[in-house]
Amino acid sequence: MTGFAALVPLPVIVPLLAAGVKFALGPRMEALQRWLSAATLAAVLVVAVVLLAAADRYGPQVVRVGGWPAPLGIVLVADRLSALLLVVSSAITLCVLIYSIGQGMADDDRAGPLSVFHPTFIILMAGVANAFLAGDLFNLYVGFEILLSASYVLLTLGGTLARIRAGTTYIVVSLVSSVIFLIALGLVYAATGTLNMADLAVRLGGLSPDVRLVLQLTLLLAFGIKAAVFPLSAWLPDSYPTAPAPVTAVFAGLLTKVGVYAMIRTETLLFPGRQTATLLMVVAALTMIIGILGAIAQTDIKRLLSFTLVSHIGYMVFGIGLMSVNGLGAAVFYVAHHITVQTALFLVTGLVERRGGTASLDRMGGLARRSPLLALLFFVPAMNLAGIPPLSGFLGKLGLLRAGVAAGTPLAYVLVGAGLVTSLLTLYAVARVWNRAFWRGTPEDATAEPGSVLEARTAMSGTRIVVPSVFPRRMVGATVALVLMGLAFTVFAGPLVRYTDRAAAELLGRGTYVGAVLGGRS
Amino acid sequence: MSWANGVGTANVTLVVAVAVLVGSGVYLLLERTLTRVVLGTLLIGNGVNLLILVGGGAAGGAPILGRTPIGAMSDPLPEAMILTAIVITLGVSAFLLAVANRSWQLTGDDEVQNDYEDHRVIERAEHREADEETEADTDTDERPEEPGDQPEGAG
Repeated sequence: MTGFAALVPLPVIVPLLAAGVKFALGPRMEALQRWLSAATLAAVLVVAVVLLAAADRYGPQVVRVGGWPAPLGIVLVADRLSALLLVVSSAITLCVLIYSIGQGMADDDRAGPLSVFHPTFIILMAGVANAFLAGDLFNLYVGFEILLSASYVLLTLGGTLARIRAGTTYIVVSLVSSVIFLIALGLVYAATGTLNMADLAVRLGGLSPDVRLVLQLTLLLAFGIKAAVFPLSAWLPDSYPTAPAPVTAVFAGLLTKVGVYAMIRTETLLFPGRQTATLLMVVAALTMIIGILGAIAQTDIKRLLSFTLVSHIGYMVFGIGLMSVNGLGAAVFYVAHHITVQTALFLVTGLVERRGGTASLDRMGGLARRSPLLALLFFVPAMNLAGIPPLSGFLGKLGLLRAGVAAGTPLAYVLVGAGLVTSLLTLYAVARVWNRAFWRGTPEDATAEPGSVLEARTAMSGTRIVVPSVFPRRMVGATVALVLMGLAFTVFAGPLVRYTDRAAAELLGRGTYVGAVLGGRS
Repeated sequence: MSWANGVGTANVTLVVAVAVLVGSGVYLLLERTLTRVVLGTLLIGNGVNLLILVGGGAAGGAPILGRTPIGAMSDPLPEAMILTAIVITLGVSAFLLAVANRSWQLTGDDEVQNDYEDHRVIERAEHREADEETEADTDTDERPEEPGDQPEGAG
């Protein structure tokens, strides 16, 4: 065991401590608090990068909390998959935090963000990190609950009518999925007597296939709601768009991906084999097609993007359903790519809303002439999302489609077709945004000349704000950083694909993970 | 391990209690009033906690070395998990009650609201005779100004 393992708990502990300090400080010492928030998330990012290198070189990094031996105590594990997702998610939360600081300062909207938004946002990061690092199912549940509780607060920030309405649906749906997860935990424990994932990987094999299938389906149902997979996805486009722009951005990037992560982890580690492959593939196809058809029907950019989010979850589920090294590797690559691109698009939409005065496509136009930088910032991630050739969205989809063709079953070919159609329709959907918001002339009733009052649902506390004549530097800077990060996935695609393939091989191999967790016992 | 004690000997009374709690919880959850939804989640939460307790095997002595022989101990792990789950349910229910209260302040009741955007999509689909551009214009003209804290569209 290397010394790197000692770093594993830090991404959970550091944000929680910082959030505690910030709650204690309240609205005092603004400048210091802003630095504290940014420094916390930056520290998590640094730790995550070190863990990534260590997990890639020395294998999964395991820490036994409190020194209890593996199947009894709680373990935190950073393997290649966890480490990669941790790096990407801490990078985007840092960008979104800087964006929100810029927005809060520009709107002179200080009391709300500092005393509520920042600590909650940081706790969200702790929950996400805990879910990624959890080595047992119950800790995964706790991680989910931490991030969900934080997300309830963030979604209903300001307590306006729209946010309360959206928040109600979101909270009740999340509660139901958590209860199903808890039922699954009870059943798994009753059947095996353990919740440690490495231990389960060994013991589940001894159960009868029927019991195993019940456990697997219950877990899949719980994660399916969290990941917004088709028949369970109706809550998402309904609840995300009303939140403040930074909140929607980080939700869209992270929360569903934690569900996808939990699916990948349980499907590979606990339930290897192909017993649910058909189910996953069918669900993936439906998610892709129905999600993107929903996106085409929208006129509000945020809702449109929420539907594309649902649709593209289908690609990841497709990769999981394939259960091959290539398919799973491409799915992991796609998760990392999609977190970045989707977050960038929502941040840009926040800027568009400030500049255009609305998020409704019917009422905006001419933004390309009025703000060329904004147009560029939208265009690049939008094309990336649709999968235009040199960009990482294309590479991820190509990897998935090739893995689908390699699988060679009729269903896999159907999925390949559905993937292509979805990609094309995504292009249509984002091109429609481009044409209406940026390319056409300014409509007569377009609002928001600088200085006019904006019906600001992006504002943190849900009040009206005055449209600034220039964008705050921090907001633009954070958005540019995210767009560049999306491009970096293209530039460094070679090493990254090799890394995700190694991660997929490690996931399907199972032995390294189980050995690293249980190895110290005997 | 002590969990093996209870395999095959689950207490029927507890199982029936789980079924009743979860069943009534689901019924309440499907109601439109948020207060009932909260009560429903509480019932389901308690039902699931009982389920975990049943899953943990037969009851035994306190799991303290030296006081209870190892074979007669009850399994402490499900109880620890139930405690965690109770705390989480408490916190979330408190928040949901706060949301219900806020909803009552804003609208006078705590019923779950309809999704306006869905209505708009349906309406647009119903009178889609002209081409998109003109339709978009009339759509804008017809729409009345919305009140301040009710943002356009998703209001």
